[in-house]
This record gives sequence, C-alpha cells and structure tokens, in this order.
Amino acid sequence: MSEGELEALKEQVEEKKKLIATIRNKPWRMQKRLSVLKEAQDFVERFEGALGKGKGRRLYAFKVMMTKVLMGLPYGSIPRKTVPRSDQATEMDLSVLLDFGVRIIADISWEMLFKYSCFCLQQGYCQYSVLFYGYYNSDRTIGVLKFRLPLSYLLTSVGIFGYSLLVVIRMMARNADVGGDGGDDADFTFSWKMFTSWDYLIGNPETADNKYASITTSFKESIVDEQENQKDENIHLRRFCRVSANVLILCSLGGSGYLIYYVVKRSQDFAKMDPSSLSWFEKNEVEFVMSLLGLVCPPLFESIAELEDYHPRIALKWQLGRIFALFLGNLYTFLFALFDEVNGKLEEELSIKNSSEWALSQYYANYSAFYNTTVVPPPNVSPADVIRGPCWETAVGQEFVKLTVSDVEVTFLTILIGDFVRAFIVRFLNYCWCWDLEAGFPSYGEFDISGNVLGLVFNQGMIWMGAFYAPGLIGINVLRLLTSMYFQCWAVMACNVPHERVFKASKSNNFYMGLLLLVLFLSILPVIYTIMTMPPSFDCGPFSGQQKMYDVVMETINQDLPAFMGTIFSYASNPGLIMPAVLLMVLAIYYLNTVSKAYQQANADLKKKMKTARDDEKNRRNNKDSTNQMMKDLEELLPNKSLLPPPFEEDTPSVSVKNSKQTKTKPGPTGKGVNVEKEVSLAAPNPRRPVTQAPVQRAGPPMNARGAHAEPGRGRGRGGPPRR
Amino acid sequence: MGNKQTTFTEEQLEAYQVTGVTRQLAPHLVPLDYTNNPDIKVPATLIVTMPELKENPFRDRIVETFSEDGQGNMSFTDFVDMFSALCEAAPRELKTIYAFKIYDFNRDSFICKEDLKKTLNKLTKGELTPEEVTLVCDKAVEEADLDGDGKLSFADFENMISKAPDFLR
Repeated sequence: MSEGELEALKEQVEEKKKLIATIRNKPWRMQKRLSVLKEAQDFVERFEGALGKGKGRRLYAFKVMMTKVLMGLPYGSIPRKTVPRSDQATEMDLSVLLDFGVRIIADISWEMLFKYSCFCLQQGYCQYSVLFYGYYNSDRTIGVLKFRLPLSYLLTSVGIFGYSLLVVIRMMARNADVGGDGGDDADFTFSWKMFTSWDYLIGNPETADNKYASITTSFKESIVDEQENQKDENIHLRRFCRVSANVLILCSLGGSGYLIYYVVKRSQDFAKMDPSSLSWFEKNEVEFVMSLLGLVCPPLFESIAELEDYHPRIALKWQLGRIFALFLGNLYTFLFALFDEVNGKLEEELSIKNSSEWALSQYYANYSAFYNTTVVPPPNVSPADVIRGPCWETAVGQEFVKLTVSDVEVTFLTILIGDFVRAFIVRFLNYCWCWDLEAGFPSYGEFDISGNVLGLVFNQGMIWMGAFYAPGLIGINVLRLLTSMYFQCWAVMACNVPHERVFKASKSNNFYMGLLLLVLFLSILPVIYTIMTMPPSFDCGPFSGQQKMYDVVMETINQDLPAFMGTIFSYASNPGLIMPAVLLMVLAIYYLNTVSKAYQQANADLKKKMKTARDDEKNRRNNKDSTNQMMKDLEELLPNKSLLPPPFEEDTPSVSVKNSKQTKTKPGPTGKGVNVEKEVSLAAPNPRRPVTQAPVQRAGPPMNARGAHAEPGRGRGRGGPPRR
Repeated sequence: MGNKQTTFTEEQLEAYQVTGVTRQLAPHLVPLDYTNNPDIKVPATLIVTMPELKENPFRDRIVETFSEDGQGNMSFTDFVDMFSALCEAAPRELKTIYAFKIYDFNRDSFICKEDLKKTLNKLTKGELTPEEVTLVCDKAVEEADLDGDGKLSFADFENMISKAPDFLR
C-alpha cells in the first residue's frame, strides 16, 4: 500500500474510533446504533492490524483471556455464579448493594450517657460535675502536660462563636448563588412547572401521591400569583385592618414579655424560701411559662393575621418574623431578669468573702496566740465544710439547662398529645361520631415546616448562649437532637398530613440562615458582655480570683510569651490604632455594597435585554401577516409612494417589523395573546434620512396608544437596518 | 460486575454498555437466552408494571414512544433504548427530543393545547378545575410559543426546556 493510502486508512480508523467513543450521544435507535457500532469495531480491528498496530488486536485477545482467567466462567454458567432464583427479585435493588457495603456500628457508651443525663439531679450531684462551670479549677496549669485550663476555656468559648459565624456566613454565600428570589420573575413558569416537575425516580405509591398533591398545590400557587394582580378592593379598609392587626400583635408581644418578667421575679422570691416547701411546678415555673408562650402565641398570631389579607408567601414571612420577635423578646426579658439575679448573687458573694477572710484572720490570730508561733499551718478543714460563695455562673448555666430541658419536654408532649393522640382519636372515633372528623374539625395535624425550622434555630441560640456557663449543655443537646429526630420522623409518617398550601418562605433557605445569623449575633452579646465586664466568682470556676475574665489572656501574654509580643499587643490595642482600623472597615463595607448594587443593576439590565430580544424574535418570526394588515390599514397615511426615494421603501417594512414593542407587559387576567397590543410605530426614523422622515415622524407619536413605549421602539428601530 | 441476570455473549454486553445502559438491564420478566438475537416483543401491559415505571403518570406514553410499532410492544432493543435515554448519562439533547415525543399525545409533531390539557390532567390527577386547566395551558402556550401558531413546535419546546434550571429526569 502506498503512503497516501496508508494515511487515508489511518484517518478512517481514527474516525471510526471517534464514532465508537461518541456513539452514546447520537440520537439513534438501538438497532441502528448496534449495527453502526459493530461495523465500526470490525473496521478498526481489521485495519489496525494492517497498519502495524497489531497490538490492538493482541491487547484485545489478552484482555479477553485475562477476564476469563480472573473471573473464570462467565456469569450464569454455573450455580455458584448465579443468583438463586428465589432471591432474584430482591437482588435487583440497589439498596441490597448498599446493605452489603455499609454496616453502621453504633457504639454508645452508657456510662457516659448517665454521667451527662442527670436531668432530675441538677440541684444535686450534677451541680458539681463537669456539666457546669463551677467544676473547673482555677489553677493556671493542670496535670503533667501543664495544660492551661483557664486559658483554653476562654479561648474555646470564643472560638466556638468565631467558627459558627464562619460556617453560617459561608453557607449563606453559597446559597446566594442558587439565585434566591430570581425565580419570581422567571419567564417560563408555567411551562417548566408542566414539563419538569415530575420526579422520575419515584417508585413508592405514597410518595407518588404526595408528589401529585405537591404539583397541584404548586400550580394553584402560580394561579393565585396570577390572580393577585386583579385584586384592588378598598385600600383604606385594608390599611385599617393591617394597622389594627399589628397593634393587637404588639400588645400580645408586650403582654408575654411582662408575664415572663413577673414570673422570673417570683422565682427569685421562691429561691429565698425553703426548697422543700415548693412544688415542682413552682420550681420550674419560668421555663414552663416560656415554653407555653412559645406554643400558644404563634396560632394566635396566625388567626390575627387573617385580618391582613396578604399574599400567602408574604403572610408567611410576617408570621415567621412575629414568632421570631416573640422568641427574642422572651429570651431577652429572661436574660435581664437573670442579670438582676446575678447582681444579687455578687453582693452576697462579697459579704461571704469578707466574712470568710475575717474568719481566716481570726483563726490565724487565735492559733498564733494559742501556740505562740508565727508559722501557722493552714486550717485543716475538709473540703466539704469550707464556706463557699454562691457561684453565679453555675446558677446561670443551670437556668439554661433547665430551659433546654423544659423545651424538650414541651416539644415531646405536644407531639404526643397534639399529633399522636389526636390522630388516634380522629381515626377511631370517626366511626361513631356525627360529623366527619377527618375532613372537618380536628382532622389530622399538619406538619408545620417553618415552625419546626424556627424551633431548631431558637434551640441553637439557647445553646450558644448557655455553652459558656455549662459546657455539658452541648452534649445534652446533641443527645436531644438525635432522639428528637427519630421521634419526629416517626410522628410525621404516622400522624401527620402534608400542609395544604406549600409556600416556601425562601427558595434557597437563605431566609432561615439569615435568622440563624441574627440569633448567633444576639447570643454572642450577653457572653461577651459577661467576659468583659462582670467579675467572676471568687472561689469557683477557672477564672476565680481574677478581676475580669479576660485577665487570663493578659497574664498569659505577660508571662508565657516573649517580651516583644507583649509590646506588640499593647500597641495593637491602642485606641489610636483601632479607630482607623474600624474606619477602614466601614469604608470597605460601603465600597463593596456599592459594587454589589452596581452588579445587580447590570444583571437586571441584561435580563431586560434578553427579554426584549426574545420578544423581538417572537414578533419577527410570527407576525408578518399582521404587520402587513396594520400596514394595509395605515396605507392611506403613507405619503404618496412616488414621492418616496426607493431605498426608503425597502427600509420601512423591515424597520416597522422590528418596531413592534414588547407585547407582554404583565400577563393580564384575560391572557392576551401575542397579536393584540401590537404597536407598529411608523415613527421610527431612519437616521440616514432625517429630512424626508419629518412628515411621517409627526404623524407617528399620536398614533401610539402608549407614548412611553415609543421610546424603546424607536431605539430598536435604529438598530433595525443593520440587523437586516 | 453487578446483578446482570442475562445470558448475553461478551460482545453483546460490551456493545450495550458502550451505548450507555447501566444497571437497568433487568428484564426479569422474560428470562430467555438472548445470544441468538431472537425476535421477542413484550406487551406494554407487562412493561408498565415494572417498579421503575409503575408510579409514573406518563408510563403509557413513554412505552409507546419507544416501541417500534407505536403500540407499546417492545423488543429488547427498544427496551434498552428506553432506559438508555432515561438514564443519567444520556445527553440533554437526546432527552429533549424524546421528551417532546412523549408529550405529543396525538403524534402530530406539535404539542397543541389538547396535549397540554392531557399532560396537566395526568400530572395533577384531575384535581384542578377546568377553568384552571385552561388558564394554565393558555399561559404555557403564551410563554413558550415563539411562532405564534398556538401550539408548540419542537423548536419552541427546545428553546424553553434548554433554559430550565432543573431539567433532569
């Protein structure tokens, strides 16, 4: 074979190889693909050998031989290699593969559990356990490795906040890409809903039913969206209703805040009384009241909100905002009341401190007076008998733990009674009841997604606040989350029905992440305030004996780090340096804000451009006849053709065609088609011939029903000729 | 190599693999010997009982579209074709073409309002009122129809689907 022929053959072989590689992308039917594939493979096999690349063939044979050697006889030929017929139906499931590959071994150490879960013993043994602040000693270093406990305690607490901040903000930034609210002005809402909403991987009938229901509600939501434009009733009545609803809600918020304050004050009085004379309810009154408020107020808000008559999505956002305000108000009232208590404890501590010092000095004086020595051994009092001050940090930690626990209890009880018992009653009492319980009054509970997410957010806020005072709280919460997840999972499947109207507050969860961020910020405030201003207890906790908690850090810098670091830090904390830094950050924020606004504007402009281009193309492609119709109608307005220079004539049709303005303003209730609203403005001036256009131009604008839209039309007209 | 319960020859298996079929080779309905490429056709009524298709509202149309005779009786190659198009590895354009064919109930190469009404009713199991159905269909046509003939041609459909964010089966 000659050179040229060899080359041509090589090329063909390459082509066939490429075909084999891309054959799965071709939209052919199976038969065709198989035949083409076979042909290509034969061709390649045959001629690769001839081109001296005989390796291809040998490699293939080698491959076949190796698989035979490694895997022996092919599947299905001997009993060992065939799945038994009885199991064949199940073996097909992918889940079987998963079962083989993964086995989860949960090893729960029960001792750890009990150590950390003494719910009922908070006043007792637990108070002195690792759970609470008071357990930790104030020695600078402990143990053989000289672990700096106080320093690490402080740094860990602060580090938790920093890390949480980072995580939340990163999540939000990632979610922002998913286009938050961009879906509201999508172009093809209905078409997409129709063609892309079914999930083709559904195999379970119940899931399929749920999917049908959700698709239906999604359509209904869009229809409601459409029809919202039509509503324009009495504006004054609406405003009045809304204002009155807001007033009512503010009143209830204020009322709940006052109630909490009152209850906390009462609990302080109780604390002064003898603990054994109080009932359990009186001891845990505060937390109970808070949880109950969190239960009762949201439905109240929802019923008041019916006065307002908002679009469902907006109403949902208002509702969530109000629940958030409720929680915040309650928590902060609780915190302020707590601070009152802490101050009280501080005073008490001062008096105890004074009295214990006085007692010690008395002891020394007596001892030296009695034994007549100056070297006095320290008093040997067993640790249990030493006078100790009230440890306010532990008290605060206890309050938070109690709050969390009561929150858990209330949640469990609500689910049990509100969902399970209700479902039970509705199901079984339905047989002997006058009206249909399932469709009518009680019916089954709905699973409130937004309420549950908010609950999680609040729970996290409480943990953030309480973790500094009660490190064990985190462990308790993890346990609580694990159990409540399984419990709620069961409850949802067994007792709940899906929500009737599935309105999402935000497409990308950024709304909830924003709430979480706010809660994080508000939780940091009390803790940082405590670290910076409140003096720690003098005899308990890792910071005892210091003036302020952050003194630990100062001490470390002074003693453990080299000298120049100390000077660096003292320079860095100089207000003269900090103020300009803060100023710089403010300027950076301002700048970035401006830049992002500019991007948003550019985005909107591009979208508009795309939309007009689309409409242009639409109108260009379809309505040649209608534009001609318009032209026919308006022919008498056209100046006499003999007067017109010829080039103008051919310009006019194309220019006028391009000039159809956008026909879709808002999809109105009557669903106007594309052909109506057409405006062909003959006013489009051909920029090359201003003089001859003048008479036509003057006639143009009055014809436009909407003068405002003549502008873009003219603009487009100018773009017309070149496009031709 | 998985639970392939067929008795193909090596080459046939490779050929089918190359065309993008994954584990869906599960003709557990008709376990025959395929090495000689026999001419078997499975009726539609049997295919739609497969677990993957059972809950699908468009299962009849899917089977009809992929069968050679248009009635729903599928040979093995049709079967493999169908799942090959439905699997994740198939390219977008392929899926678009087949999607159009599936939604075109009367097979006139256009998706007219009647087709849309049928699609909608299948999707919502008749839960919407007739006015709502009409409204939705009108709006869908208005949104996607570019050439103004009141129905969706393939170009319209493709233009609309290519902009959809989650067109994934």
